[in-house]
Amino acid sequence: MELYKCTAHELHEKLLKKEISSVELTNSVCERIEAVEKDVNAYVTVECEQARAQAAKVDKMIADGEKPAPLAGIPGAIKDNISITGMRTTCSSRMLETFNPIYDAHVIKKLRGEETIFIGKTHLDEFAMGASTETSFFGPSRNPWNLDLVPGGSSGGSAAAIAAGEAIWSLGSDTGGSIRQPASFTGCVGMKPTYGRVSRYGCVAFASSLDQIGPITRDVKDAAIVLNTIAGVDANDSTSLPVEVPDFTKALRQDVKGMKIGLPKEYYGAGLDPKVDAVLRKAVADYEAMGAEIVEVSLPHTEYAVITYYIIAPAEASANLARFDGVRYGYRNLKAGSAPEMMTASRTEGFGAEVKKRIMLGTYVLSSGYYDAYYKKAMQVRTLIRRDFEEAFTKCDLLLAPTSPVVAYPLDGKMDPLAVYLLDVCTIPVNLAGLPGISVPAGFADGLPVGMQLIGRHLDEETILRAAYTFEQAHDYHKVMAPLGGK
Amino acid sequence: MKYTTVIGLEVHSELKTKSKAFCSCSTEFGGAPNTHVCPVCLGMPGALPVLNRQVVEFAIRTGLALDCEIKKFNKFDRKNYFYPDLSKNYQISQFDKPICEQGHIDIEVDGNTKRIGITRIHMEEDAGKLVHSGATIKSSDSSAVDYNRAGVPLIEIVSEPDMRSSAEARAYLAKLKAILEYTDVSDCKMQEGSLRCDANISVMPEGSSEFGTRAEIKNLNSFRALERAIEYEVQRQIELIEDGGTVVQETRTWDDAKGMTLSMRSKEEAHDYRYFPEPDLVPVEIDDAWIARVKSELPELPAARKARLMKEKGLVDYDAENIVAVKAMAEYFDEAAKHTDDAKGIANWMLGDVSAYLNSENVTIEDFPIAPANLGEMVNLINKGVLSSKLAKKVFAEMLKTNKEPKVLVKELGLEQISDEGAIVKIVEETLAENPQSVADYKAGKDRALGFLVGQIMKKSRGKANPEMVNNLLKEKMR
Repeated sequence: MELYKCTAHELHEKLLKKEISSVELTNSVCERIEAVEKDVNAYVTVECEQARAQAAKVDKMIADGEKPAPLAGIPGAIKDNISITGMRTTCSSRMLETFNPIYDAHVIKKLRGEETIFIGKTHLDEFAMGASTETSFFGPSRNPWNLDLVPGGSSGGSAAAIAAGEAIWSLGSDTGGSIRQPASFTGCVGMKPTYGRVSRYGCVAFASSLDQIGPITRDVKDAAIVLNTIAGVDANDSTSLPVEVPDFTKALRQDVKGMKIGLPKEYYGAGLDPKVDAVLRKAVADYEAMGAEIVEVSLPHTEYAVITYYIIAPAEASANLARFDGVRYGYRNLKAGSAPEMMTASRTEGFGAEVKKRIMLGTYVLSSGYYDAYYKKAMQVRTLIRRDFEEAFTKCDLLLAPTSPVVAYPLDGKMDPLAVYLLDVCTIPVNLAGLPGISVPAGFADGLPVGMQLIGRHLDEETILRAAYTFEQAHDYHKVMAPLGGK
Repeated sequence: MKYTTVIGLEVHSELKTKSKAFCSCSTEFGGAPNTHVCPVCLGMPGALPVLNRQVVEFAIRTGLALDCEIKKFNKFDRKNYFYPDLSKNYQISQFDKPICEQGHIDIEVDGNTKRIGITRIHMEEDAGKLVHSGATIKSSDSSAVDYNRAGVPLIEIVSEPDMRSSAEARAYLAKLKAILEYTDVSDCKMQEGSLRCDANISVMPEGSSEFGTRAEIKNLNSFRALERAIEYEVQRQIELIEDGGTVVQETRTWDDAKGMTLSMRSKEEAHDYRYFPEPDLVPVEIDDAWIARVKSELPELPAARKARLMKEKGLVDYDAENIVAVKAMAEYFDEAAKHTDDAKGIANWMLGDVSAYLNSENVTIEDFPIAPANLGEMVNLINKGVLSSKLAKKVFAEMLKTNKEPKVLVKELGLEQISDEGAIVKIVEETLAENPQSVADYKAGKDRALGFLVGQIMKKSRGKANPEMVNNLLKEKMR
């Protein structure tokens, strides 16, 4: 049996029943990586030796009669902007090419507590700035459905690893759609929890008020299992929310009867690929057939979301990325004559074009004389966008929308940068409002996966997990393996 | 033309919390470089700040002690600038909503009381320390950074431009320092950098109501530097204007060795700090109960202590003002005064010989070798006539070396004053017999002869004869 194709919950059962060992499973995943990684390029760093050692430890624990935690002994891939001691954290940037973090991210500590396995670190757009992994300093990841296409991004490596069988579960981070959009492009489940549900401590900050860590998995149940482990308040992250964390797997009931699903009309407008639209219309009909009530709602400020995001996110990024100056760690220009020259040269050479573009954008919108016109205005619009959602949720329990208006596009660098920014129109508002969102496979368009996005109320991951699970269990889209074709 | 000087001060004070403002590292001064650091204060990727609420508590306490309005809604902002001692290349500070506003301090200069307004107090974090191989960062081949200080909490206290002379600025800073010490929020050690001062200085024609263009003077690390810098800068600006020039708005630094202010950067070169709300921290709400509790726990402040010393200890205004100016001095005074009824005598010694010693040795009262009880006892011995004031100085000098009890020293040194009438009469009679001419002179009305005779007697007694008794007996014998 090809263990690398299984879900985490299936593998957990097999480990419990001692049908398999963690070492066998880890070997299966490592062999798969060996076989396909040269095509997919999901990983910046693969650590099979460390993984096997951890697997042997878990096998011994199980042999000694200990009951393994849900993710114990099951190899996962971590986006390379999340700190793990013992592995470098590059953010797919030349700036951090050889950077070894001195501490574990909060989510990593929690996962270590479950004796899980970290098999490697996955590609992202440099510092998570992008939607295709093309801005990675170490070359792009490829979409396992068609290697000529992008896997999406910025968590493209984590999504590609799941789709290609190179990991069982993975973590991504989502600032404007960076978990959901690659999940959509690669036929995975990707969840962005409510802002504050998961600690950001140890996730290299891109835009602090928008970033959120979340799972990318093969099915909804695995997403709930990973979320169970990583969620919860953290004393090291003031923005993590001091609220009870439910057992998200308990929300997974096949039942949407009476559930009110809102369709935000602005998300179905111009720019939506008709084939994607058709897949979503079918999904809506399925929900209706399963007993859900469909209502149309409006999020009137949607058209301002992308521009608002491209003010707030670069503004925060311009400060967050200021620490990469060659002084304490990271890339340093050794020829510079003085400290100020060294800092300038290190940043000029250590950052790629997209990162520098966004730092300049952010610096500009915060500059004296422009702050009110840009940053302050954007913060006001952000409030309006949040209110749009509050208003919509008076009429429905969750929203159903495209994750991306398009399917995966070619990896040829020919996309217009502004057009690519605008493609995030369905995911960005969710980050601006701090709400939970999940992308689940909803069908195919021309043989490529189409993701459906479900958006929930603040802290109501359970409703969207339940709706996602109900849909998923009624279909087989998530069970289709990527063919690794093209090229 | 005559000019009026306008001065406003910005004072940075390190708060003496046990841990840093946004992480749990120690704030202790003087550790080996980069030993009080962690991912947060080193600005490691992914690390996040968490507010130490003691910082807010201390800021509230300071605000209340300075009669400020305490703002209930508090947020932090990022102040962006690149410098290698700033680990994140932004400083977490407060921009448009400081925690305290509209306070004041009453100062006294030349017997006049004047109220100096306080515009605002805000909370922020300190940066690390740089050691350059050369004179400046730009001319150095290498620079070393110590991040132990990075993240230590600071409050910045900004005054109104209400001061009109270096003396007023000094009085304001002294009073502010005293209040910060009394409220126990800061060590206020200027030499260690836990109290730092910048001055905004301008001049305008006397009688004008429109302030001149100001220069901001940095690097004022002592009271003396503050006074000298103000005097230099005022003179520089006046000369510039008199020569037909104009003062430009700029930042200047005080060069203590050269005794002059030097231009650092012009208004055009000034940083654009690009402040925006710190997204990694949540706003802090201060409720009435918190403010009320801090108010109820506020310790006695200098003004109240001064009033108490005048009322209960009978000190005169000037003495009381100077005793309370430094909290540790006031505490020393209180302790010493427990051992004698002559509080005034304690005050005289403290403002005289004790202060002279502290100045000459460049130490603070905390390091003064004589225990307060021993100073009190010494004052008692003087008042009882056991010690003359001249001998007391000898005992004082010896106590500085040994801190032995004055009674013990008096015996050890054989300094006990001779107050035995019989013994003194014997010396007086001997002296009179040896100096008939002086006796005759005295009797002829030459008062100076008396002094000579007293001197002879003191010489014979090796300074130990009670001078009052010597005087009386001499006069009696020559009547």
